[in-house]
Amino acid sequence: MSPRQIVVAGYGMAGARFAEEILRRDPEGERVSLTILGEEQHLAYNRVLLSGVVAGTMKPENVTLHGQEWHKKVRLGVSVTEIDRDARKVTLTDGSTIGYDALVLATGSRAWIPPVEGLSPEAPGVHTFRTLDDCAGILAAARPGAPVAVLGGGLLGIEAARGLVGRGCQVTVVHPVSHLMERQLDLAAGRVLANQLSTLGVEVKLDAKVNGYVPGDGLKLDDGLVPADMVVVTAGVKAETELAVRAGIEVDRGIVIDDCLRTSDPRVHAIGDCAQHPGTVAGLVQSAWEQAEVLADLLTGKDVSKRYRGTPVVTRLKARDVDLAALGDVHTGTDADDAEVLCLNDPTRGRYAKLVIRQDRVAGAILIGAPDAAATITQLYDSRVPVPSDRLAVLLGRALPSEATPAGSPAELPANALVCRCNSVTKAQLVTAWRTGATSVTELASATRATTGCGSCRDAVCGIAEWLSTTT
Amino acid sequence: MTLDGAQVTPREFPTNRGGLCQKGWTSGALLTNPMRLTKPLLHGNPVSWDTALDFVAERIQGIQEEHGRDGMAVFGGGGLTNEKAYALGKFARVALRTSQIDYNGRFCMSSAAAAGNKAFGVDRGMPFPVTDLDDADVILLVGANPAETMPPFMQHVKSGLIVVDPRRTATAERAMLHLKPAPGTDLALALGILHSVFSEGYAEHSYIEHRTQGFADAWRIAAKWWPERVERVTGVSATDQRAVARMLAKAKNAYILTARGTEQHASGTDTVSAWINLALALGLPGRPGSGYGCLTGQGNGQGGREHGQKADQLPGYRRIDDPQAREYVAGVWGVDPDSLPGPGRSAYELLDALGRPDGPKGLLVFGSNPVVSAPRARHVTDRLKALDLLVVADFVPNETTALADVVLPVTQWAEEEGTLTNLEGRVLHRRPALLPPPEVRSDLEVLQELATRLGTPAKAFPTIPEEVFDELARASRGGIADYSGITYARLRDGEALHWPVPSTQHPGTPRLFTEAFAHPDGRARFVPVDHKGPAEAPDEDFPLYATTGRVLAHYQSGAQTRRIDELVKAAPESYVEVHPDTAERAGLTEGDMAKVESRRGEVQARVRCVSSMRPDTVFLPFHFPGANSANRLTNPALDPVSRMPEFKVCAVRLAPWGDS
Repeated sequence: MSPRQIVVAGYGMAGARFAEEILRRDPEGERVSLTILGEEQHLAYNRVLLSGVVAGTMKPENVTLHGQEWHKKVRLGVSVTEIDRDARKVTLTDGSTIGYDALVLATGSRAWIPPVEGLSPEAPGVHTFRTLDDCAGILAAARPGAPVAVLGGGLLGIEAARGLVGRGCQVTVVHPVSHLMERQLDLAAGRVLANQLSTLGVEVKLDAKVNGYVPGDGLKLDDGLVPADMVVVTAGVKAETELAVRAGIEVDRGIVIDDCLRTSDPRVHAIGDCAQHPGTVAGLVQSAWEQAEVLADLLTGKDVSKRYRGTPVVTRLKARDVDLAALGDVHTGTDADDAEVLCLNDPTRGRYAKLVIRQDRVAGAILIGAPDAAATITQLYDSRVPVPSDRLAVLLGRALPSEATPAGSPAELPANALVCRCNSVTKAQLVTAWRTGATSVTELASATRATTGCGSCRDAVCGIAEWLSTTT
Repeated sequence: MTLDGAQVTPREFPTNRGGLCQKGWTSGALLTNPMRLTKPLLHGNPVSWDTALDFVAERIQGIQEEHGRDGMAVFGGGGLTNEKAYALGKFARVALRTSQIDYNGRFCMSSAAAAGNKAFGVDRGMPFPVTDLDDADVILLVGANPAETMPPFMQHVKSGLIVVDPRRTATAERAMLHLKPAPGTDLALALGILHSVFSEGYAEHSYIEHRTQGFADAWRIAAKWWPERVERVTGVSATDQRAVARMLAKAKNAYILTARGTEQHASGTDTVSAWINLALALGLPGRPGSGYGCLTGQGNGQGGREHGQKADQLPGYRRIDDPQAREYVAGVWGVDPDSLPGPGRSAYELLDALGRPDGPKGLLVFGSNPVVSAPRARHVTDRLKALDLLVVADFVPNETTALADVVLPVTQWAEEEGTLTNLEGRVLHRRPALLPPPEVRSDLEVLQELATRLGTPAKAFPTIPEEVFDELARASRGGIADYSGITYARLRDGEALHWPVPSTQHPGTPRLFTEAFAHPDGRARFVPVDHKGPAEAPDEDFPLYATTGRVLAHYQSGAQTRRIDELVKAAPESYVEVHPDTAERAGLTEGDMAKVESRRGEVQARVRCVSSMRPDTVFLPFHFPGANSANRLTNPALDPVSRMPEFKVCAVRLAPWGDS
């Protein structure tokens, strides 16, 4: 029995993970013969960490996903130019063809350049922020003190802006909408974020209408010029669907796939940013990796009952000194009738916390400057565990257990309070011992063994002894 | 401590500084306990020693004739002295010639041991004296609750305590930072902190280059676990992960210590490797005043795993499949190397095989109570009942002696001489303080009596502990845990001897790794490990995580501590800690009797509402027997390397007791 031929078009986050998952399930290549095609010259790298490369916390060599041994497993510098679905073969940039039993499209997405006069990827000083090579270009141009414009105030733009301001650039975020990250944040949260960024030295221009780009000058806005030696374009991405379109495969915003990661041609699959599944949004590594795992189960035959049902979307900004999480339905207002909505808005301290609850479950949340709440609420959202009834504690993230409430003084301490844990000695036992003649800390210790374990209750026992000496 | 009659007095000693917890203070009560076993029992009836031993020897011979050498099995304990652990291993290999021996330490420290061996080439719980901790600025304590399980130890934790535990334990209450990962996600957390260490520029690159190997492969996995991703899996905020990285890196002296909470998982070995990787990236192991260590769980947890009661081991921490080790040890024992059996089944696999067509038909148990302490306890009970012969040597009745054909009453701690190796690898000599009851014999005497009845010369099984120790020391010579320079005389003189002690002139080795690690090239190893998650995750039918642990007043299966009135008063019955909302949704409130149920069994436990619990998690102590035995729930999914069962996480549901 010969293994099935699988061709993977794309060696980014999705394609690389799919290859790993195949090898994990079929290390000897008995079930599947893999051909992986990567357009870039690099071994696969972790795109999520590129903002770290721009911020300087990572070097390019630290973000590779695969070791040198992968050079033998991947064909780098080639990509698919044509799919012949009838003959079940693909043509490559070098003119060769490869037949397939199954084709996996993992072609990713590319940066979208808004139609602005003078703004093109080729124009001097214009950089997209998508690949490792993009990072190299940005870093080379990011001279300390230089003015930089970041065009697009979404997640990626803010991460880039934070990284570049940390390198000493003078950064302006230019955003065409009335608040930052408008897909993930409501208006008030957007304001808190903008405040935070300006505290860190990032200027923010909202509702900006960009009329043109002049190399050497910067971006021309309705109300004046944003000076920029460099423009980093982070205005969004488009799924890379051209191959699929030409092959007559159904494409909407991305290549349309079902729960088996199949396109409209069941022998052709799509995963990652190029794909469009109703259960998730494009551009998230978590979805891409989960899709890769399911598809590997299906194509190796390890678990043909596996299905991909979608990935709940949690947005988490990775920018030093800005802690931001957003998930689910964020736009429901506090006046909504069909949901419990809690909101804490503290722009002065850079904090914003909003929690939307439906049927006792987290339906959405925005959390800025509330890292503990973000962690807890994300877990409640993912696991669908009912939200604890102490909603305020959940929103604040630092629930003080009621049993840990400190007592004001030894007199107020309840009789059954455990004073010495090591020897299970309560306040009542100490009081009894005192009244039967153990009237010093040493005598209390030998009568009850309190303080003779780890010794950490010594202060408490001294306090009780002092209190007893004044009351009896 | 010292004894006056059965009255305990604490003694100044580096590990506990004269402190005792309630178990220590009341340990004298065991010596005079009315439940003490004082006569051999055959099918529940008191008989003479000869009757009992003759019966056992005859049945052993019968079983081995019918089913082969491996028809008999031995199950030991981490509470046995070094001498007994050694003699038990030798008894299995020389007198029974069975490969089927393992011990309850497999349920205790085997994951940390396996990970320590991989990383450092040696496994000594703490490769430094415990008093070194006094000068630490930061201690990261992972899955340990010493404020309850080892209270005097807390005296060494002066400041800068960071605790990793899904529960807000007594230890966590004292921490300056408490991380509460979801059960079964510690490995991801370790990767997230390692990621932070590296990306924040805290990695010790010179140390990594000169003292270790394998960083690049370990990093490539950690690179995929950026803190925000780890947060989603663990519930520990990215901010806290970075804070831990910073605190560890900025500390002058820092330690990472692990214990059962992070080790008792089907991925326990990998999880400990992840914590060690973190320690190595920070350059802690082998740096004076810093390091990695693991906290020992049983009195002789360290020594108990060094001298041959483990299925794959010979004395001196040698491997039983190493031809040179076999030849050397066989020489000491005066037997043909080829007569020594090979590696046998690990603890749970051994218990699971009992009474099956290809499994052992007879079992000797020394110093363990697997009916309560093994995972999937009801199943283990059924396997024990399927045996043709069950012999248990112990000093108080327990749930396992209740199933035994023969119960042999043996000496306990204050009645016998012997050595223990503590958590820092220091060998301690224990003097006898009391005479045992007249008809009680020592385990060493029992082994000699059985061995001679099975045709082995009596001199192969000395009954004087010092003679056994001298033989053990010879057998360990040249091994990893080399005791050959240790003598009772040196110990009686009060020398603090940490192994290895390769000669009688050698001062011992309080601190390992200061110059080199124990791998041939002297370098420590990063082990590339990835997070997989618990073997059984909550689902619609069993929506909650259950985790298990100890309480202060009890020890292990409770066989000893449940006999002491004062301790029973302090912790009388099993309970389940649960978030008040979770209790309410299950129709329960504080003090109600709950049914906690997993795919493997159900447990009755009193509800304790604790608002600091994660709403998706319940906790049960494992010390209680029968319908209260938490191990009726636990999952016997095994770690592929250490064969540790997954005690610390399984999926359960909660209901009022009596609901069907």
